[in-house]
Amino acid sequence: MSSLSASESVPTPVPTPVPSGKPLTVKVENLSVTYRTTFERVPTFKNAITRLGRGQRAVREIEALKDVSFDVPDGTALGIIGNNGAGKSTLMRALAGILPPNKGRIEVHGRISPLLSLGVGFNANLSGRENIILGGLASGLSRAQVEARAEDVTTFAGLEEFIDAPMRTYSSGMYSRLAFSVAVHMDPDILMIDEALSAGDATFKTKAAGKMAELRENARAFFLVSHSLASIQQLCNDAIWLHKGELMMRGTPQEVCAAYTKFVQVGDSAVILEDL
Amino acid sequence: MMSTDKQVVKTEPENEFTTTHHVYEPHRAGIPPLANYTRELWKRREFASEMSKATLRGANTLTMFGQLWLVLNPLLLAGVYFLLVQVLSGGNRGGMDYFAQLCGGLFTFYFVAGSMSTGAASVVGGGKLLLNTAFPRLLMPFSAVRTAFFRFLPTLPVYFLFHILAGLGFHLSMVVSIYFLGLLIVFALGVAAFFATMQVYFRDTTSFMPYFNRIWLYMSPVIWSIEQVPARFTKVLNILEVANPLHSMLGGFTECLVNGDIPSLRTFVTATVWAFGVFAIGSLFFMSREREFAVRL
Ligand SMILES: Nc1ncnc2c1ncn2[C@@H]1O[C@H](COP(=O)(O)OP(=O)(O)O)[C@@H](O)[C@H]1O
Ligand SMILES: [Mg+2]
Repeated sequence: MSSLSASESVPTPVPTPVPSGKPLTVKVENLSVTYRTTFERVPTFKNAITRLGRGQRAVREIEALKDVSFDVPDGTALGIIGNNGAGKSTLMRALAGILPPNKGRIEVHGRISPLLSLGVGFNANLSGRENIILGGLASGLSRAQVEARAEDVTTFAGLEEFIDAPMRTYSSGMYSRLAFSVAVHMDPDILMIDEALSAGDATFKTKAAGKMAELRENARAFFLVSHSLASIQQLCNDAIWLHKGELMMRGTPQEVCAAYTKFVQVGDSAVILEDL
Repeated sequence: MMSTDKQVVKTEPENEFTTTHHVYEPHRAGIPPLANYTRELWKRREFASEMSKATLRGANTLTMFGQLWLVLNPLLLAGVYFLLVQVLSGGNRGGMDYFAQLCGGLFTFYFVAGSMSTGAASVVGGGKLLLNTAFPRLLMPFSAVRTAFFRFLPTLPVYFLFHILAGLGFHLSMVVSIYFLGLLIVFALGVAAFFATMQVYFRDTTSFMPYFNRIWLYMSPVIWSIEQVPARFTKVLNILEVANPLHSMLGGFTECLVNGDIPSLRTFVTATVWAFGVFAIGSLFFMSREREFAVRL
């Protein structure tokens, strides 16, 4: 298994405790986010008209986050855990200003890493390099800044040979390596990693863990969504647990992971298939 | 740095261009602060052009055969309409100069139609980029218009070839057509933004477009020209002049380009009002909705 905890060589210092009395980087108050989807696979005029005849309701609302409040002081490395569909990615997108809150308020101080997760803004028909440049320009970097970074991103991801090939020819591991590499090379004040490494190989995970530990020291805040409880405990100094859109717990990574493990009834002895 | 647990403390003064302090709150469908929005949009203009370049590269538009295809397609269409009109009119409708006018009008019409269809697909096709990056979404339809424009450009030399072959000559007043082309671009930006928004809510919007375009083409002075319309149709013409934005814009454009005439003041005013009116409506409609796109994709 390629878990971080198993690889002895990872140079990750034990996270420093949550700083107290520091200014807040992120403040989330009573945040609710609702997705609106239609019953049909895609909303169309045709369906809207037929539905009108039958008097059905058009949209289905999915409350992905319900009344979530927490704050994140400077220097926090916040781990976010929860089952699939708990609202972790939704929370990240709301913090990045992509999803508007339906209720509540988010205050963010700092530049957020633009590309959050696996599959990030990537257009499969364009080459890796084109995707890096487009992502950087979209997030407001200048051409010179983006071009300077494109090389570093490529080297870090180890994709020198493939960078000019269309991304549809990439394996999912290559995809996620590039996604991670882009996120960490945009000099964000607030770094967000959303399960970006689940498909990377062990070598890359080790390298990535080192990079995250380094960035954690420089970034104002660091958010890590991961199903690997070991990496959360290793890389974070604070953690929250989301379940079905609600904030179940906030505490030290050890406490939260323990509670979560108990909740999902995976005993300590059970094998947890780690993926960072 | 002092901090209270109520507020996020600003560690640096807020800067116009690299503002890093954000507050996100619920919004009613409303228009975001325009000055800020425009600034962010302008700052990322290179994204729009890079996006469009990548699209053109992806579709092989920049290769020799790609360019040839861009020209061949509307040219064949012009040929078909030319033959059709020749047959219907028993061969007494113009020769080369009619063909030149047809080409000029048709190529430009297809620029607007192309902006409409690529614009409509731009936001929905932006998928992951929209879900993972925060940026002014108007960049997507605007980039589509740039793409449509660069598909239109290679047809211009072809037009001029027929212009010369028809012996239409070059006049100083042809320069005025640049003004009308500018209006057509402004108009296309508005149209692209409008249909991009519609496509988010109704994914079959683009499937209605071919029919809509066909009707629009017949109602615009492309296949027929304003001067040649029989007197009994003047009533219809008077309505179209106001109701069809392309009547004044395309009519004015071809009038200067093909005939070297300066259009009437009325045409100038109508075209200008339409272009900026549609631009304002399209982009404001888009902006008022764009924050909702991410939850609906
Ligand atoms: N684009 C979307 N449209 C509609 N519902 C969505 C969308 N994205 C996520 N959801 C729903 O929101 C909930 C939370 O999803 P997500 O935040 O992706 O969960 P996680 O990242 O924790 O697995 C899920 O119930 C999911 O079905
Ligand atoms: Mg997720």
